Amino acid sequence: MNTRCAACKYLRRRCPSDCIFSPYFPPHDPQRFASIHRIYGASNVARMLQQLPVNQRAATVDCLYYEAQCRVQDPVCGCVGVISLLYQEIHNAETKLAKTKAQIALFVDSNSAREDFEVESDLNVLLHEEGNEFAHLGPSNQVSFGFT
Amino acid sequence: MRGHEPRSSSSCAACKLLKRRCIPNCIFAPYFKSDEPKKFAQVHKVFGASNVSKILIEVPEEQREETVNSLAYEAEVRLKDPVYGCIGAIAMLQRKMFELQHDLAIARARLARYAANSSAACSIMHSSAACSIMPFSEPPAYDGFLNSFSLTSSEMNQDGQMYDYSQAPYIIRHE
Repeated sequence: MNTRCAACKYLRRRCPSDCIFSPYFPPHDPQRFASIHRIYGASNVARMLQQLPVNQRAATVDCLYYEAQCRVQDPVCGCVGVISLLYQEIHNAETKLAKTKAQIALFVDSNSAREDFEVESDLNVLLHEEGNEFAHLGPSNQVSFGFT
Repeated sequence: MRGHEPRSSSSCAACKLLKRRCIPNCIFAPYFKSDEPKKFAQVHKVFGASNVSKILIEVPEEQREETVNSLAYEAEVRLKDPVYGCIGAIAMLQRKMFELQHDLAIARARLARYAANSSAACSIMHSSAACSIMPFSEPPAYDGFLNSFSLTSSEMNQDGQMYDYSQAPYIIRHE
């Protein structure tokens, strides 16, 4: 005697050998079909599955089950509430990332400014020292060596 | 003699599709206007009119418009993606969120290095001055949206595969 799948048990009907529900609604998990049936209805689910290749039906049922559970727990928003929450979290994370990058940019700018200052200071010291070395040559000669 | 009931020219989209008289307190009428036939058609195709009616009756009246909008969105997405529906969108958003968290962690680590170097430079150059290090908080742990949604034990399909709903994307593609 064949064991009826959870769908046929729920619908109180005979479970045929080619039952479209039986691969995805094992008898040990009656709540799975009950949730999906409550939100989508058996005929809608059967039609959806019939329109899909066999190798995509298991994933489809899993997604329908998740969405049905979301809708049962939150009749107003369903899984759209989850999507909204994710969008909000993404927006918050993007804002934080932008702020952090702006803070990094400040450090980079200040480091660049310090490096430029140090280079200029070193150059001034160098110019001063070499200026003293060639002081006896006079201003015009200093200019010819590139000192201003 | 059968009384002639004049067809209402203000039938809502639901009653027009269902080819029935739109009664004054039709539960669908406020939310499925006659100029938006596609909206109810999609909802009816995915959920069925009777299921939608049951859902609307369950929620307070002030929340019914939001309920209809979320049902319409789900139906539209399901019709565009008959396999994954909204779950495809959720998986994509989860992926995006994980990438952002990763980028944020890297950026914060980099900022910490800059701050540490700046602090060291400050202490050398200005030993008596107070250098401010930009504070930052630890990135919040992202537990994943599914942690707030309790599932009944683990989900197994007939092949005995375990679905880890805390990871994204958690959809196992059967190919």
